[in-house]
Parts: sequence; structure tokens; C-alpha cells
Amino acid sequence: MTDRVIQVEDLVRQYQMGAERVMALRGLSLAIRRNEYVAIMGPSGSGKSTLMNLIGCLDTPDGGTYWLNGQEVSRLSDDALARVRNKEIGFVFQTFNLLPRASALHNVELPLVYAGVSARERKARAERALVRVGLEQRMQHKPNELSGGQRQRVAIARALVNEPSLLLADEPTGNLDSTTSEEIMRVFGELHAQGQTIVVVTHEPSIAEHAERVVVLRDGRLDSDTRNNKVAA
Amino acid sequence: MPIFEAVRMALRTIVTQKLKSFFSLIGVLIGVTFLIAVVSIVQGMNVYMEDQFANRLIGLNTFTLRRQPGINTGNVTEETWRSWMRRPRISYGDADYVSERLETPAVIARFCSDRMVLSYNGKQAKDIELMGTEPSYFEIKNVEIASGRIFTPQEVRAGIPVIVLGSELGEKLFAGLDPLGKDVTIAGLPYRVIGVAKKRGTLFGISLDKFAVMPFRAPARRYICPLNILDELQIKTANPTLMLTAMAETEAIMRSRRGLKPGQENNFDLQNASGALDGWKKISKVLFTALPGLVAISLVVGGIVIMNIMLMAVAERTREIGIRKALGAKRRDILAQFVIESATLSTVGAGLGIGTGIGLAFVVRAATPLPAAVAPWSILVGVALGIIVGVVAGVYPATRASKLDPIAALRAE
Repeated sequence: MTDRVIQVEDLVRQYQMGAERVMALRGLSLAIRRNEYVAIMGPSGSGKSTLMNLIGCLDTPDGGTYWLNGQEVSRLSDDALARVRNKEIGFVFQTFNLLPRASALHNVELPLVYAGVSARERKARAERALVRVGLEQRMQHKPNELSGGQRQRVAIARALVNEPSLLLADEPTGNLDSTTSEEIMRVFGELHAQGQTIVVVTHEPSIAEHAERVVVLRDGRLDSDTRNNKVAA
Repeated sequence: MPIFEAVRMALRTIVTQKLKSFFSLIGVLIGVTFLIAVVSIVQGMNVYMEDQFANRLIGLNTFTLRRQPGINTGNVTEETWRSWMRRPRISYGDADYVSERLETPAVIARFCSDRMVLSYNGKQAKDIELMGTEPSYFEIKNVEIASGRIFTPQEVRAGIPVIVLGSELGEKLFAGLDPLGKDVTIAGLPYRVIGVAKKRGTLFGISLDKFAVMPFRAPARRYICPLNILDELQIKTANPTLMLTAMAETEAIMRSRRGLKPGQENNFDLQNASGALDGWKKISKVLFTALPGLVAISLVVGGIVIMNIMLMAVAERTREIGIRKALGAKRRDILAQFVIESATLSTVGAGLGIGTGIGLAFVVRAATPLPAAVAPWSILVGVALGIIVGVVAGVYPATRASKLDPIAALRAE
């Protein structure tokens, strides 16, 4: 059980869009083990964003169950979910989502602020995380003084600073050119090699290629779940 | 999240948006400025009225016996005034009667005064307060002599035309010459100058050195008081307790002399420094009663402005709120962040208001004779009001922020 970072069973999520009821997920089951590198793919409307929000504990399902590290999180309150996000999940977004007025260092410190870590330790850990993504020279820069690739590295450092059990990336290269994209994917590869569990949501096959397992959704259901032999080999 | 962190964050926001922040906290600023300035000016006025006005005009531990009050700081109605005018005046006989019977040790001076013209060698000094009194007057009013001497009781009894001049009057008439031994003219009669008083300064911007003192029996007395009539009897004792005793005694003596029955009102007036301030005390009380209302209005307006600014900030920073929530901020973290930001904004406003208020007090102090002093309690109240207004104004916007859905907030532009 504890070997499974993520286990979802029969997950259902529906939205009310005016008079219409949209079924975004229609009973989806999936398990992701520790140290797996999984890409979730699917055309728009397939439910992959909904799945990402649920896995990321930003949302709760209307039906089904979600265990994160063996703890059921599908019925938790907002604040309990916030605690889970803080401890267990590191987010990397397409648009980076850095605080524009804060330095790289302060951005990376944020999850530690909400974890109640002391200022001194916060700074040390944030610096270590930034060194890990190769930004030791850019700690005091604001996001607008950094390139797209550097910004995404800051976001990765922020996602990792709390040592989460899951790194959850939503189209992490969507706003980057192909060279920078490769660079970011290389960072992901290294993190995976160090034992990090990674889930990347993307619609680009070239990004999904980096993962060792590709899950494809269609109409809110699992369409295919394949091992990526090229990487796994 | 620790408060310190939130305050630092709020200060950073204020610094990056200086102008906007300034306008948003101007209401609180004005309210607190008002509080500090009015309190310090009114308190300064109180000190001034007591130290300078009453004690200097009437004298320390001194009271006066008059037909009507000599100093009126409140409003006197026409009717009251007329009833005063119907009272018998204080006569030489009254003065003798009181001074013979008063048992409390006291220094007594018979006193009369009016505005007169004094001249020397063709030079005229108009609007001079000419006083007819006794040597004890100099002791009661603490008038010190710079050169020469005061007149003697014998000179008073004989009505010798000698005179002591105020320092400004001396300079004006004699322009550098030594006035001692020279004769000034009052209503055509010469008066020998025997002394010049030390400089006393100003009160409400009016010079206290344009006066002349002569024996009350000197020939010019008929120009300042009718024959055998005095303006007042000045009675000085050693301490406040003796003063009150002497006042009560004087009241009884005068009532018996005037044959007043029990229940009949006094037809004379006894006034001491604190009595002279009754009118001012009423004004000061009204100011202090009205002050909270005026401050409250500015603070309510200031609070509404801050609430609006905070609502705007929440709308503008929806994405930031989404990010913070995604990274693990709980509802109360977001709530605290915005409440503390609002409180910090408002407290900075209060701080600026305190600064402006102190500045105003200093300007008043420098530009006027009022010893406007900032009351420490008013600073504490100012800071406390700043925090309270900020917290109250911040609760609603912060609650809205804390309830935002993280997914929707992350998608916001």
C-alpha cells in the first residue's frame, strides 16, 4: 500500500455548466508507485486537467476514493487539503505562477512559510533547492529579471523545497521554446533518477516521451496505460 | 504564518505602491493628526491659561474682592451684567472694614486702574494702564523693580505724586534716557518717576509692560476711580488652603457689612485664579467632548477607504492567492495576511498622523505663546485606533480572499 503514492478508484467529477451537467471524470481508477515517472495525456476535454486538480488536492471528487500515500484525501476539508498540498505535493505550472514582486529565493521559501519552518532554516533550504536547479547566481532576482527557463527552474525549486512525495507538473514546457523545454525535461529526468515520483500532464507527445509510463484519457475514462520502452530500457 | 512575516510583506506592498497607499490611508492620517493636534493644543491652552493667564492676572494664592468678576472667560449675558452694575461699589470703607477684621494672615492691596495718556517732554504714550494702589501690590503681583524704588506707605497716605513705570513705557517715553527723577505728566499734573519695573513679556501677544503704578491717593485718582471708590481689593495668602479660608472669611465679613440676610445673594464678587478659568474650562470640556466624534468620523471614512483598497487588492491579487493556496496556505493564513496588511496600512497612516500631529503641535508652540505639548496617551490612542480601524476594515476583504477557490484563483489573470 505505502508503495503506491497515488491510488484512485472509480473517481467521478462533474461540473454544472449553466443548465448542463458535464461529466469530466466518469469513474477513473489509477495507481502510481513510488519513483514512477508518469505522463498523463489526452485531448482537451478528456478530463486530464480535472484529474490533475484532484491528484493535486486542489479539488475533491464527487464520487470514488483517492489515497495519497495510503491516506484517504478525497473527503478532507479545505484546510486539511491545504496541509496535504503543502507537505506532499510540489506543483509546477505552465505559467510558472511565481509571485511577481518576490525574489526567486522568497518564492522558493513560500511553501516553508506555510509549513511553519523558521526563517533561518527556510532560507538555507530554499538556497539549497535553488542550487539544485542551477540558479545559485539568480537567488535575489525577481521573476521578470529571469528567462522563461530560469523561471520554471525557480518553480521546480519551489516544488521540491518541502521534499514532497509527488512532483505534479501541468504542461511544464507549454510556455517555453524547444531548447529550454529539453533543458527542463532534463531536470525532470535527473530528479526522477534521484528517486522523485513525477506526474506530468501534457498534450505534447514529445514531452510524454520522457516519461517511463504514459496514461491517456478520453472522455473522462482511461483510454490506454502503456510503458514507454524507450525510456524504461 | 508568523505576524512579523505578514507585516514585512505588507510594508513591502506599501513601499512598492507609495502613492496609492498614501491616498488610501489619508483618512486615518487626518483622524489621528486631528486627535494628536487638538489634544496637545487644548492641553497646552490649559497649562497656559493656568500658568500665564490666571496666575499672572490675578496672582498665585490670591483672590480679589470686586463689585463684579474682573476676568470673564465665558459668556456673560446682558441681564447678568446689568445685575452686576446695580451692585454697590467697593468703597475705601469696605476695604478698611475687611482689612481690619480679616484674621487669616494676608497681604492686602487697594487697587484701581484705567487707561490713560502719559506724556514726557511732548512725547505721548496712549492707552497706558494707570494703576492706583499700595506698595503691597508689587508683592502680590510679583512686579520686580529694575531700577529705583517703589513708593512707601507714607507716600500713599499723603497722596504724593510719584510713579513707577513698566519697562516698555519707560523705553517709549524716555528713549534711552534714565527716567528716574524725571517728571511725566498725567492730565496736566507732573509725577516724579521713582522706579522702573523689570520686563514681564507678553500675554496672548499683548505687552504686559505698558503700565504705570502710583499711590492710590495720588491726585490723578479721580481719573481712574470715583472718589472713595476702589475697583478691587487684592488679597494674597501664603498657600491655597489659607486662600480658601481667607475667601470664606472675607465673604462673611462683607455679608455682615452689607447686611445681607441668609439666602440673599452676595452683592460683591470674590474671584481667584481657578475661578477665573471657569469659562475656559467649559470651552475645553466641550472641545474634549466633541473630539471623539470628529476623530471617529475621519476614522470611519478612513476605514471605508481602506476596505475598498483591500477589496481591490484581493481582486488584483486573486492569482497570488491561488498560488499561495496551492502551496499550502490555509484559510486563516490568507485571512491573516490580508487583515495584517490592512492593519499595517492603517497603522502606517496613524503613524504618519502622529508625526503630522506632533509637527502641528510644534508649529503652534513655535508660532504662538501656547505651550502645546503632545500628550503621550494621545499617541498610544492614535496607534491603537490605527490598528483597530485596519483590522475592522480588513476583515471583510480578507474573508473574501480566504474563501477563494484555489483552482479558479490560479486561472485568474
